[in-house]
Amino acid sequence: MAIHERLSGNEAIALCLKQINPDVMCAFPITPSTEIPQYFSNYVSDGLVDTEFVAVESEHSAMSGCIGAEAAGARCVTATSSCGLALMWEMLYVAASMRLPITLACVNRALSGPININNDHSDSMGARDSGWIQIYAENNQEAYDHMCCAMRIGENPEVMLPVMICQDGFITSHAIENIELLEDDVVKKYVGEYKPEQYLLKHENPVAAGPYDIQPYYMEHKYQQAVAMKQSYDVIRKVFKEFGEISGRSYDLIEEYRMEDAETAIVIIGSSAGTAKAAIDEMRSEGRKAGLVKIRVFRPFPAEDIAKALSGCKAVAVMDKADSFNAQTGPVYAETCAALFGKENAPKMINYIYGLGGRDVSTGTIKEVFAALDEIVTTGVTGETYRHIGVRGL
Amino acid sequence: MNNMIEIRWHGRGGQGAKTAALLLADAAFVVGKYVQGFPEYGPERMGAPITAYNRISDERCSVHSNIYYPDYVAVVDESLLESVDVSKGLKEEGAIVINSCKEPEELRPMLKGYKGRIYTIDAAGISKAILGKSFPNTPMLAAMVKITGVIEEQAFIDQMQKSYEHKFAHKPQVIDGNMQVLRRSMEEVKG
Repeated sequence: MAIHERLSGNEAIALCLKQINPDVMCAFPITPSTEIPQYFSNYVSDGLVDTEFVAVESEHSAMSGCIGAEAAGARCVTATSSCGLALMWEMLYVAASMRLPITLACVNRALSGPININNDHSDSMGARDSGWIQIYAENNQEAYDHMCCAMRIGENPEVMLPVMICQDGFITSHAIENIELLEDDVVKKYVGEYKPEQYLLKHENPVAAGPYDIQPYYMEHKYQQAVAMKQSYDVIRKVFKEFGEISGRSYDLIEEYRMEDAETAIVIIGSSAGTAKAAIDEMRSEGRKAGLVKIRVFRPFPAEDIAKALSGCKAVAVMDKADSFNAQTGPVYAETCAALFGKENAPKMINYIYGLGGRDVSTGTIKEVFAALDEIVTTGVTGETYRHIGVRGL
Repeated sequence: MNNMIEIRWHGRGGQGAKTAALLLADAAFVVGKYVQGFPEYGPERMGAPITAYNRISDERCSVHSNIYYPDYVAVVDESLLESVDVSKGLKEEGAIVINSCKEPEELRPMLKGYKGRIYTIDAAGISKAILGKSFPNTPMLAAMVKITGVIEEQAFIDQMQKSYEHKFAHKPQVIDGNMQVLRRSMEEVKG
């Protein structure tokens, strides 16, 4: 039986971690993810979990601690945001290349500078090539559900990669909303035990973890990492499907909203997808054929799914809550265009950089984007593809 | 979503406007509503103007933006009328509730042409009289429940009793005072 509650996104993540009862949490506080280790450390001191909580002195140490413990055979978690994730950078790559399925709750916040505590995706988008699986939530419910799935994905022998469960800082992390929870024993059973094949404390088969990798082997190891990421597509689909069976909430790599006959569409990630759905409902009631593709899983990139979903559209806007500063595109647009390259009847594509540093995204913002798409459909002229929205004076 | 009520709270850092918004979400959840309660964070410090929001409806709301056209506005600190456009976007068929010992119509000239209903409540006075200190958010919460009608009054009182019993389990002596504040605030809000 589902438990009906009202929780913020951070509360939902902390509670899910309590239900999972991981072996180790290494964490250092940073806004807006601070509440996750804060609430979790309460569970530890109240004896509700038997997790080893390590209050480290920096995020670099948090990830290092997770790497050491996970390599020893423990299931490890951490949480961070923004510059905290940036300080982990070096160790993110180490975790992925050592094939350690650590779980990180990323509460997305703008990277400095200028210093800012509010939401955008510059932190996790910057880590997109670190070899981590990345799953993004629209609301507190999805944050909770994705966390329930994280370890089954990462720890699968076909995958063995770390997983980042992302949600939008403040917008969902600090907003109280209704949520349906699963019982503790259901979550525990679903997540299961972590049983790695190799680990440092396995005395009958000693292994070295993370040694220097010389030229004759390095590229083979990186290739294996690439293969694991490819194999994760099917594992993620399978885990989401199994989660649907216990929760009634089924997910896929992307979510299509009113795409059946859509002529114009946006591609978007995170909480603004919910705002966009409301805007699309309003436009649909006016007879406009608008739709949305929400990217839930950004790593691995669901190129085939996106190309298929957009195949009937005339014009598409890809929304980026982070800039690449390549003077051309944001990261989501670049990869979406690559997914559509060479496809017949590909739609006309534009890119919007939006919502940086907590710039509010309303239904009005989304309607402006669709107005631009309508103009492209009417005139047949795409114009500038690299656009910004919500900037004063534009 | 025609049945959705959107509320914007204006307060100063430390007065509990955010807590009031979260408590209202909590109470509405308990009576079976879909709720959102969220603050707008900036460089927060004691005394700086802050904003918090509520959406309350019979079905889940997927919008995650600030509220620009609220049905109701709560002003936890009267001095904000001088520096913040508190009635901006406020629907004329809605209402504004202000923590003030003045008569509602006395405040209308400060509200930049707003034509809708105005209510006042001496939140600071009620809180000081009963609790000995100014906690304006509790009276404001009660006044908002009364004016918005978003929760049936008795259901709200019952829920708050339970919530205080849980929250103040370690100091039960403050429960009665807070309940008195809630009841008296519902009676004394004027407009």
